[in-house]
Amino acid sequence: MSSKASILAAIKGLNMKEKPLPEIPVFDVAPNLVEAYTLALNSNKGTVLTKKELEVLITESSFQKIYSSSPTFNQFTNCELPQHPSDFADLDLAIIEGQFASAENAAIWLDDSNLDLRAIPFITAHLVIVIKKENIVGNMHEAYERIGSTNSGFGVFIAGPSKTADIEQSLVIGAHGAMSLKVVIL
Amino acid sequence: MSHPQNATVFLKDKARAKWHDDTLWIVREKRDATIHLIPEWEQLRELASQIKDHTLSKLDYYLEELEKNATANGIKVHWAENAEEHNQIIGKILEEKKCKAIVKSKSILTEECHLNPFLEERGIEVVDTDLGERIIQFLKQPPSHIVMPAIHLKKSDISDIFHEKLHTEKGNVDPVYLTHAARQHLREKFLQAKVAITGVNFAIAETGEFVVCTNEGNADMGVHLADTHIACMGIEKLIPRRKDLGVFLRLLARSATGQSITNYNSHFRSPSPGKELHLILVNNGRTKQLAREKFRNSLKCIRCGACMNTCPIYRRSGGFSYGSTVPGPIGSILSPGIDLKKYSTLPFASTLCGSCTDVCPVKINIHEQLYEWRQEITKAQGSSLKGLSMKLANGIFTSPLAYKISGKMMRASLKTLPNSVIYNPLNAWGKGRNLPELPTESFKDWYKKNRNEQ
Ligand code: SF4
Repeated sequence: MSSKASILAAIKGLNMKEKPLPEIPVFDVAPNLVEAYTLALNSNKGTVLTKKELEVLITESSFQKIYSSSPTFNQFTNCELPQHPSDFADLDLAIIEGQFASAENAAIWLDDSNLDLRAIPFITAHLVIVIKKENIVGNMHEAYERIGSTNSGFGVFIAGPSKTADIEQSLVIGAHGAMSLKVVIL
Repeated sequence: MSHPQNATVFLKDKARAKWHDDTLWIVREKRDATIHLIPEWEQLRELASQIKDHTLSKLDYYLEELEKNATANGIKVHWAENAEEHNQIIGKILEEKKCKAIVKSKSILTEECHLNPFLEERGIEVVDTDLGERIIQFLKQPPSHIVMPAIHLKKSDISDIFHEKLHTEKGNVDPVYLTHAARQHLREKFLQAKVAITGVNFAIAETGEFVVCTNEGNADMGVHLADTHIACMGIEKLIPRRKDLGVFLRLLARSATGQSITNYNSHFRSPSPGKELHLILVNNGRTKQLAREKFRNSLKCIRCGACMNTCPIYRRSGGFSYGSTVPGPIGSILSPGIDLKKYSTLPFASTLCGSCTDVCPVKINIHEQLYEWRQEITKAQGSSLKGLSMKLANGIFTSPLAYKISGKMMRASLKTLPNSVIYNPLNAWGKGRNLPELPTESFKDWYKKNRNEQ
C-alpha cells in the first residue's frame, strides 16, 4: 500500500464524527484606519512617509542602485530588472506598490502582479511600499475578503523590516531581508 | 535521562536559570499586553479551536482536497508515512538535482525527522538560516524552544561561537554586530543555494496553497533565490479555507511573541516559471495520536510556544530537560504518544496549574491531557506501579491522592503538602526555587504579584 493510501486509510478507519465548521463573524475595527495603521507600523519598526518626504529622502541619500516598480516613483529607477534575482544582491532600494493593508497589524498584501521578481522585497537593502489611503482595511478578516479567490502563484503580507531577537531577546533590525520599511500612503 | 535529572543539571547554574525564567516571563507578558488590545480575543481562540476540530474530524477529505488543488497549481505533492520516508524523498530530489548544499528555514518537522544528520551523512551541507537555528547548529545543539531556538544562550556564548566560526571580534557581544555578521555569512549561502527547504505554518485545502511565517525573511530569501523549494508539513497543519487564515494569523504571532503579526507571511501557490515546488505531507505517528480520543486535540497545535513561555516548569528547567523535539507542556503530551517509555517522565513535569491551557490560542486542554497521560503511564506500569511511579514522578506526584484529583484540586492540595515534601531533594524543580505561595485569587493575578515581589 502506498503511504498516501495507508495514511488515508488510517484516518478513515477512525470513523470520526464530523464537527461543525464555524463561520467567521464581522468584528469591529478602528474608527480611524490611517491612524491605526501608522501606530501598528511604528510598533513593527516601520515608518509612514508622505510622497514628498520620500522624494527628499532619496534625493539626499547615497543609494547607488534603485528599482521602482511603482509608476509614482519611476524617475528614481536607475537599473534594469535582471534575469536572475541574485543580480539584485546589491540593490539598495526597492519601491513597490502594495494592493491593500490591514490597519490592526500594518500588514500589506503584495502578489505576483506587484512583484517583478518574487525576491525583490526580501533581497533589497531598503524597502518602500506604496499604498492608497482608501485601500487600508480594518483587520485580517477584511484583508482576506479583499484577496478573495484571486489566484496569484505567490502572495505575501509584509508588516515590517526584517528583524530578529534571537540574541538574548534584543531586537535587531535587518536580519536577512530589508533593513528598513517605509510606507508611503497616497 | 529523566526530566527531573535533566532539570537538576539546568538548575546548577542558578543565575542563568533565573535569567532564563525571567526572559521567558517577559515574552509571556508581551503576549498579555497585545491580546488586551483585541476585544474579540476569546472569540478568536474559540473559532480557531473549532476550525481545527472540524479539520481533524475530516482530515482524510481535506488532505485529498489539498493534494488535488496543489497538484493543479503545479506543486508536486509527496506523502511520507514516517521520518525515514520523508528524508528519503528529500534525498532523492537532491540527488536528481545533483545538489550538495541546501538552505533551510525553521521547521520543527525536519528536526523531528532528523533530516540534518541524514543529509550530512550523504555529503550534503545543510545551512539553517534562522539566526537562532544557525547559532545552535554551530554549537551542534538541538533547539531548546520551538519559536526561540537559542533562548537558553547568553550573548557571550554566541559571541564566542561566532568568533570561532565567523571570525568576529573576540569578546564583542553587541547583538547588532553579531546579527550583521550572521547576515553577511548567510547571504553568501542564500546566493549559492539551488534548493531551499522550509516548514509550513498552514496549508489551505480549498486553494492548494501553504503559508510560511517568519520575522527574519529567511524562508523567502532562500526559496526565491533557489530553483527548487521543498516544503515539509505534518498532516495536521491543514485548514479548510483561505479566510481561516484571518483567524490564525491574528492569533499566532500575538501568542508567540506579542507582535501583532510576523513580518513576512508568504503564501505559496505555484512555482515561479521554470522553478519547482514540492510539498511533503508527513504522518510520523500523527494518525496514531488522532486515534487516541483523549489526546486527539493535541494535533490542533499551531506551534506558537506560548505554553512554554508561561510554564513554571519549562521556564525553570529549560527546553533540553525534556529531551524531546517539542519541549514544554505541548511536548509533554505529544511525545509520550511517540514513545511512551522514553518520554514517561514528561507528563509529570508539570504543576497542573493550567496556565498552558489558558494561553493556548487553539484551546488545547493541555493540563488535562497531562493528567490523562499520567494515568495512562501508571496503567502501563501495571503491577510495579509503586516503584516505577516513584521513579517517574520523582517525588510529590506519586501519592495516590495526587493521581485522583483534578488540576484545580491539585492546586489546593499543594497548599497543604508539608514543606518536607515540596523541598524534598528528589523534587528537582522545587529545589531550585520556592514553590508558589498558593493562590486564593486566580492563577494569573497571583502569579503576576508573585513575580513583582521578587
Ligand atoms: S499547545 Fe497551544 S500554546 Fe502550546 S505551542 Fe501549541 S498552540 Fe501554542
